[in-house]
Amino acid sequence: MEFFIISMLNGLSYGLLLFMLSSGLTLIFSMMGVLNFAHASFYMIGAYIGYSLGGIVGFWPALVLAPLCVGALGALFERISLRKVHPYGHVPELLVTFGLSYVVLELVQLIWGRTAVEFVPPDVLRGAAFTLINHSVNGMHLLWGAAPADMCSAADAAVRVVCTPFPATRAFMMVIALLMLVSLWLLLTRTRIGLVIQAALTHPDMAEALGHNVPRVFMLVFGAGTGLAGLAGVIGGSTFVTEPAMAATVGSVIFVVVVVGGMGSLSGAFLASVLIGVIQTFAVAIDYSFLAFARDVGWQLSAAAQDNSFAKLTVSQVAPILPYLFLVLILIFRPKGLLGTREG
Amino acid sequence: MSAVYKFKPYNVGRWIIWGLFALVLLVAPKLFTSNLSVTMLAQMGIAIIACLSYNMLLGQGGMLSFGHAVYTGLGSYMAMHALNAVSGGALPIPVSLLPLVGGLSGMGFAVLLGWVTTRKSGTPFAMITLGVAELVFAMSLMFSEFFGGEAGVSGNRVAGQPFFGITFGPQIQIYYLIAVYTFVCVALMYAFTQTPLGRILNAVRDNPERVEFIGYNTQRVRYLAFIIAGFFAGIAGGLGALNFEIVTAEVVGAGRSGAYLLFTFLGGATFFFGPIIGAVLMVIAFVLLSELTKAWLLYLGLVFLFMVMYAPGGIASLIMMNLRVAKFGKLRQIWTSYLGLGITALAIVAGAGAMIEMVYHLQLNSALGDVVKFMGVPLNAKSVDSWVGAIFVTLTGLGLFELARRQYVLEWGEIQVEIEKEIKRRETAV
Amino acid sequence: MSAYALELKDVRKSFGKTEIIRGVNLSVLAGERVAVIGPNGAGKSTLFNLISGRFGPSSGEILLRGQRIDHKKPYEINRMGLSRSFQITNIFPKLSVFENLRCSVLWSLGYKYTFLKFLSGLKDANERAEELLEMIGLEKRRDALAMNLTYAEQRALEIGITIAGGAEVILLDEPTAGMSKSETARFISLIRKVTEGRTLLTVEHDMGVVFGLADKIAVVVYGEVLAFDTPEAVRANARVQEAYLGSSVAESQAGGH
Repeated sequence: MEFFIISMLNGLSYGLLLFMLSSGLTLIFSMMGVLNFAHASFYMIGAYIGYSLGGIVGFWPALVLAPLCVGALGALFERISLRKVHPYGHVPELLVTFGLSYVVLELVQLIWGRTAVEFVPPDVLRGAAFTLINHSVNGMHLLWGAAPADMCSAADAAVRVVCTPFPATRAFMMVIALLMLVSLWLLLTRTRIGLVIQAALTHPDMAEALGHNVPRVFMLVFGAGTGLAGLAGVIGGSTFVTEPAMAATVGSVIFVVVVVGGMGSLSGAFLASVLIGVIQTFAVAIDYSFLAFARDVGWQLSAAAQDNSFAKLTVSQVAPILPYLFLVLILIFRPKGLLGTREG
Repeated sequence: MSAVYKFKPYNVGRWIIWGLFALVLLVAPKLFTSNLSVTMLAQMGIAIIACLSYNMLLGQGGMLSFGHAVYTGLGSYMAMHALNAVSGGALPIPVSLLPLVGGLSGMGFAVLLGWVTTRKSGTPFAMITLGVAELVFAMSLMFSEFFGGEAGVSGNRVAGQPFFGITFGPQIQIYYLIAVYTFVCVALMYAFTQTPLGRILNAVRDNPERVEFIGYNTQRVRYLAFIIAGFFAGIAGGLGALNFEIVTAEVVGAGRSGAYLLFTFLGGATFFFGPIIGAVLMVIAFVLLSELTKAWLLYLGLVFLFMVMYAPGGIASLIMMNLRVAKFGKLRQIWTSYLGLGITALAIVAGAGAMIEMVYHLQLNSALGDVVKFMGVPLNAKSVDSWVGAIFVTLTGLGLFELARRQYVLEWGEIQVEIEKEIKRRETAV
Repeated sequence: MSAYALELKDVRKSFGKTEIIRGVNLSVLAGERVAVIGPNGAGKSTLFNLISGRFGPSSGEILLRGQRIDHKKPYEINRMGLSRSFQITNIFPKLSVFENLRCSVLWSLGYKYTFLKFLSGLKDANERAEELLEMIGLEKRRDALAMNLTYAEQRALEIGITIAGGAEVILLDEPTAGMSKSETARFISLIRKVTEGRTLLTVEHDMGVVFGLADKIAVVVYGEVLAFDTPEAVRANARVQEAYLGSSVAESQAGGH
């Protein structure tokens, strides 16, 4: 039972992290028509800058400063590079961000090295946010913070106590992500610029016809989107691992999220992020294979079938490809994506 | 090929070009005889087929794929399994025909995966190719019977009966096999561009909506092109399997797909011969450049960025544009500009390169002392002088380059205007 | 086989809550030349889009020579013998003029998706493309890239692409938009020549052109067909005069256009 709750929360937190990233990607895509291939690279830069700044000024100031730095870098990139290829069309824009992803990866490795760095969260986040104690006699209850050792073991051998902590970093991730979600929702529905963005999400040509200082708007939007990625980077980097491969790990998943959710749909991105986050988290923990299923159901399989690597595959082994399987399935059965309204 | 500038007015020219191509393929290993050279030439042949097949999608069809390595890679795996079957006596086909096994596999996978992939176009298409590529790569770690797990699948290309004494053991023999396939595949892919499907594919690239209104199902056109490209990709994969005698999971990886994209674009996607240039550069970069400096991927990324921003037609388009200028006799006007650009660019590269090398040195080799040799000049990575010097050279180079670039753009513009006038003059005189 | 080349039966189209086409009934005889006129935003282009298959109607039927074509894909409709041009020039920019025309004839000549024949060897396709080239008067620009043509030349190419496949029913969406008087006049004779014996629907704003070219006029206002009759009858129609023609009729009667 506690496994289910904790896994659910873990999945949600991962999904919310994915949403933090894919929302920035969707915003940039909707407003500018550019699919930022280097979005995960900005995530990575956020983690590394957060790490370095954190070492100088502490975690909390870095949490604010790093995203601003990343946003500034993003705006700079838009100004000197993306703007140049804008008149050539969407494919060159995608290519330019593709090239940027290579450059960023190499620069990060150049500056910070090729191995992971120790980006530790601040003391206050280092423990457990809460602990679920499942006592076989007293039932389940929740304890804020970490549980002391004596609560997790029983003197009586017949009594089973299981303590499952939920890391504070993850809880913090969810808090920030939800805050971001709420502010984004308020921005979109209550402000003028929000209305403009909403319109751009479904009718991108309108955004161009609006006649504001379009180049500057683009620069701001790109900077904001990458800044969000940077924020996700500080949190993700301190919760998980900060290493050069982190961009690649999360990069392809957020593209899947965006296509599965429906290109240009923020709510679709939210739904897809949470779905994929939860399902993948659960899948990784399930050690069930088709073989085991057959055994449980009582099917008799031949020796060859029992040796088949397909049948022996556990769900946890299949977990990494689940997002991509989703992608293929969505494309076959619902090409517009879950909540998409535009044809890409 | 929808050439932007027509440059071959007579058919004789066509025979000469193809003849020269065949000649180069034949004679190259006689000119570059070292073992390394012949290996590289073999790899170039394979890369040429792979990049041309990629350009069928990118340059001719306007389809940006991030997962072309899936088809070359799966072709490699199938060919390797077939090779092992030949070695084991279970499959009585000559080794020289194994690349066709790769080709048919590539085509088969393209039929299967392409149906889902080509349902969309543009950016969504690119994302789908990315997803499918990740899917296949992730699967490669799961199904070790087919993919061979960490060690991959290996084989021995000396299998079956020798053909007139040819066993394909020595590198030179496999090179000539590759050369034959390269010539035939390049010829076939060029022929494709002159067929109805090839031309309609171009039309789909230019204006997919309009194509529907002249009676063609755009999705079907893309799907067919995808399958044909998959066939040639598979052949390249099969040749690769024979050449390296081992296939590991990286052949379907994102790195390889990215390399195809990068170098095809660099060579030039708008001309038929562009990817050939790109393929040659790709092999040179991976084999030689990577030995020269650890920062080669960084340089590559920067060059790519530069190309996308300033020369989106790639090297091929640069060549053709300047040939056009030369044809009108105006090249001498601008060569001084080129010289200026070249020298200042060199300065930037020198300065930036020095800094990058010093940083790498500090990171990785600090046990060997502080001095790193860069272009023959010893630099003390820890001394302020070296850094100040490098920064100074870089910034000066950047500044001067910008000046040279503006001058160049002015002169280029003038020349283009003069050429336009000349063309009009010739048209009205006729 | 219906005598009507094109029929629209109670066709309606809504985008979200807004109904753009509000019940259109139209029956065009084979060989008729129909001009579709109406104020901006009346839904003329939407009608063309519905007929040519760019999107399907919310309700109602569209028949081409007696066969249903509503909700069919554009290429299916094109293969059944209907072709259209666009208000905003829609050509193949990086192909030459000749290639533009040749591509447009390929399907109708049965070449489909073949990659086993060379274009240079397709006699009928090449001859037809040359014929079209001459018809639209672009022989001098045969090898020029379509994107390098002047506006009028591109409009001519646009028409060339439209009629290339030999479709029986041709839809022209504002073919003379943006042209000068002389260019327009030349264009109208071109249109008359190339649509000889075929059914033509054309959206036009120039009343002189309309009264000179059309056998029948369909007046579309606010998504409905107010009148569908000979030019004289339409000119005399009180409803039409009230709703739309009014001043333009007076002008052209005074010998303006």
